[in-house]
Amino acid sequence: MTDFLLQPKNADGPVFKAPWEATAFGLVLALHKAGAFTWPEWASYLTAAIESAQAQGDADIGDTYYEHWLAALEAIAQEKKLTGINELVLRKDQWKSAYLNTPHGQAVELSAGV
Amino acid sequence: MSNSEDHDHDHDHDHTAPPPELELRVKALESLLVEKGLVNPDTLNEIIDTYEHRVGPRNGAQVVAKAWTNAKFRQALLADATDAVASLGFMGRQGEHLKVVENSASVHNLVVCTLCSCYPWTVLGLPPAWYKSAPYRSRAVSEPRAVLAEFGTQLADTTRVQVWDSTAELRYLVLPQRPAGTEGWSEAQLAALVTRNAMIGVEVVNPPETNEASR
Repeated sequence: MTDFLLQPKNADGPVFKAPWEATAFGLVLALHKAGAFTWPEWASYLTAAIESAQAQGDADIGDTYYEHWLAALEAIAQEKKLTGINELVLRKDQWKSAYLNTPHGQAVELSAGV
Repeated sequence: MSNSEDHDHDHDHDHTAPPPELELRVKALESLLVEKGLVNPDTLNEIIDTYEHRVGPRNGAQVVAKAWTNAKFRQALLADATDAVASLGFMGRQGEHLKVVENSASVHNLVVCTLCSCYPWTVLGLPPAWYKSAPYRSRAVSEPRAVLAEFGTQLADTTRVQVWDSTAELRYLVLPQRPAGTEGWSEAQLAALVTRNAMIGVEVVNPPETNEASR
């Protein structure tokens, strides 16, 4: 079993694979800085998200780490009443419509999806 | 005209392809949290910039090189690493404490976070993917010598391996042994030898000749 060694180990490597990972990461630190939760509280949500992904068959070799991070962020944001599930789903659909309603090459604004 | 098979969107440009689901979920959260005033967009950008560009293993390498060349700093670092690294300008944001564990001929230290991925961000930046993987998190504890061997690290049989399990409140940094053949080297020269993996404890810092030979 050397599966974790498939990941780059010598080079420092890119910190984030995609911009959404960086944003999800930054949102947690920003919320923590604003006092929305303590760091041990956050760690417990992250641990729970990792365990839940493993239970659903995620091999958890490090490449899905920010997916766990995002799931934990959604969970703690709801638990702390920073946002609600309905609001999140609605907003996600608005963004999707905004993309579909925006001509290619133009900046996508949320208002285009309302 | 069949549009269901049209993957490349080259027919006309009347819309923008929506990004993947994960990105939409992040955009939804970000826009809501900013709108409610719970997250300041400038703070968010500053945090991302810091972790993408400004913190990384070079901070830790600087700490190690200073400890190798300055006995007083080394003593302070082993007594209270949080304070000692703060004196170099490296401060934690999560209120976590840092503990430095020193390698010697008799003890080799290895750091893991078995529960998630707690890691000394201020001195090492963000963890590599393998550090966050389930196999590393479990095997570093159950068979540390096998894990070390996979990183090419062979220890003497007489060297004891000590594994440190990080938590949200307490993170560890390994102070590797200074390699032979570096007498009289400057801090900057020494820092260049120190790798991230050596500060996690999966590798040792090789003498300069070995480094040249392996390149």
